[in-house]
Amino acid sequence: MTIVPALDLFVAGIVLIVAVWTVAARDTMSAVVGFVAYGLLLALVWVRLGAPDVALTEAAIGSGLAGALLIGAATRLRAGEPSVSTERLGGAGRVLAMTLSAVVAAAVAVVLLSLPDPAPSLASEAAANAGVTSLGNPVTNVLMAFRAMDTMLEKVVLLLALLGVWSMARDHAWGGRPRSCRRADPEGPLVLLARVLPPVGVVLGISVLWVSADHPGGAFQGATILAAMWLLVLMAGLGDVPAAGGRRLRLVLVAGPAVFLTVGLGGLALGAAFLSYPPAWAKPVILVIEFAMVLTVATTLGLLVAGPPERSAER
Amino acid sequence: MSETIVFGLCAAVVIGLGLYGAIVDPRPLRKILAFNLLGSGVFLVFGVVARRGAAAGFPGDPVPQALVITGIVVAFSATALALALLLRYFDATGSTTLHEGVAEDAGPDSTEP
Amino acid sequence: MSVVLDLITIAAVSAGVVFFLAGTVGLLRFPDTLTRLHALTKADNLGLGLVVLGLLPQVGSLRDGLKMICVWLLVLLAGATVSQLVAQAARRDGPGSDGAAP
Repeated sequence: MTIVPALDLFVAGIVLIVAVWTVAARDTMSAVVGFVAYGLLLALVWVRLGAPDVALTEAAIGSGLAGALLIGAATRLRAGEPSVSTERLGGAGRVLAMTLSAVVAAAVAVVLLSLPDPAPSLASEAAANAGVTSLGNPVTNVLMAFRAMDTMLEKVVLLLALLGVWSMARDHAWGGRPRSCRRADPEGPLVLLARVLPPVGVVLGISVLWVSADHPGGAFQGATILAAMWLLVLMAGLGDVPAAGGRRLRLVLVAGPAVFLTVGLGGLALGAAFLSYPPAWAKPVILVIEFAMVLTVATTLGLLVAGPPERSAER
Repeated sequence: MSETIVFGLCAAVVIGLGLYGAIVDPRPLRKILAFNLLGSGVFLVFGVVARRGAAAGFPGDPVPQALVITGIVVAFSATALALALLLRYFDATGSTTLHEGVAEDAGPDSTEP
Repeated sequence: MSVVLDLITIAAVSAGVVFFLAGTVGLLRFPDTLTRLHALTKADNLGLGLVVLGLLPQVGSLRDGLKMICVWLLVLLAGATVSQLVAQAARRDGPGSDGAAP
């Protein structure tokens, strides 16, 4: 039984080495690649912490989509890179920053080591109330029922972030399309992958959502896979991003929060409280919300990676 | 339960590293990376707390775990917005640092001679 | 019977790990992008394939086994495509530049 703690130490060591690399690498692109690797290793840590749902989210969003976004940004910023090494913080400032960081890290470590021993936990309450929704995955239960308010507001945060990104557009591109990707070779491997993979990916994304009722998975994780398939098609040049001003796109973007809000207000009108589901209908209602949500979240995530409009709406 | 200690200490070090990178590196993209590192360390703290709260047959307390999932998505949105701002700034000025802004923001960068 | 299955698992997974190790060493030590890709494909294709093969006798149901084979096929597809793209980019940027060496 001593092999498992040794493996934990090993994984933690690699995570820390890659984290140091992410902070210390000279070249920004190397640092970004380090961050992507860090995210994937972190997914292993989440599995070890008994949180497969979080592991999926970290691998898909924290490493995958954020990685795509960061690599794109690093590539565009490369032209302006070399002039920066002179204006780093001076020696004294560095020592001060190092001391501050070490003190904060030590404080967090001390707090974590001195947590009360029978740890306070809501797990037994989550288990006791699981029957209300007839979902078997406790994390989905928390996200979609017990703390559904958080999840609904998070949809709004995603939408606000997209509005923020869109408002970076120049005047002539307002309501237009993001910059187009480099033309891919139509006979090349990227186009082949963009034709072969999306059918598989779409099935996988929906299945990740569907199984989340009882097994690890979820609406975000599924939506991220769908968004990745969309981005693959866009990168291969097989499709174009819809214009930000398009009515249908905007309808899709508000569908998730709108359905969620409608159900919430319905709960207020017919049931006990805002976002209270009728017990007999809890599971179908949650599924309806999740399917509306998955469409909205996938579109929003894809558009966030695609960036602000840079071309006018006409091709 | 040794994994909560190992990964708890790992989370503390990652938080320290992220904080150091966010203060010391003048390049905004690196600050965004370091900030994400800092955030993931905080998420790990949640994960350790959740793991310690394992009960009722669950491998961890599902409430902090769900909060982390929400947190990862929100962190991604914030990163996307920050990168869009940064790229727009780069397009407008041709610079990848906030050199001109140093005097006003009076952050740790202002110790620069 | 289960001893035989366990032996198959141990042999195949160990062989897979050897390929992963060799591939990683090659990735770190080889001089340019194309040779590093050559090393990487060994880890991806053969290493993961052998690990999946080794784990197949241990799965509880047919569905789990099929899922693992699907994972391997998807990694093959993604790995082959990405190798092609990296190689194309390396050729476009010229043989002199070999990308960001660690």
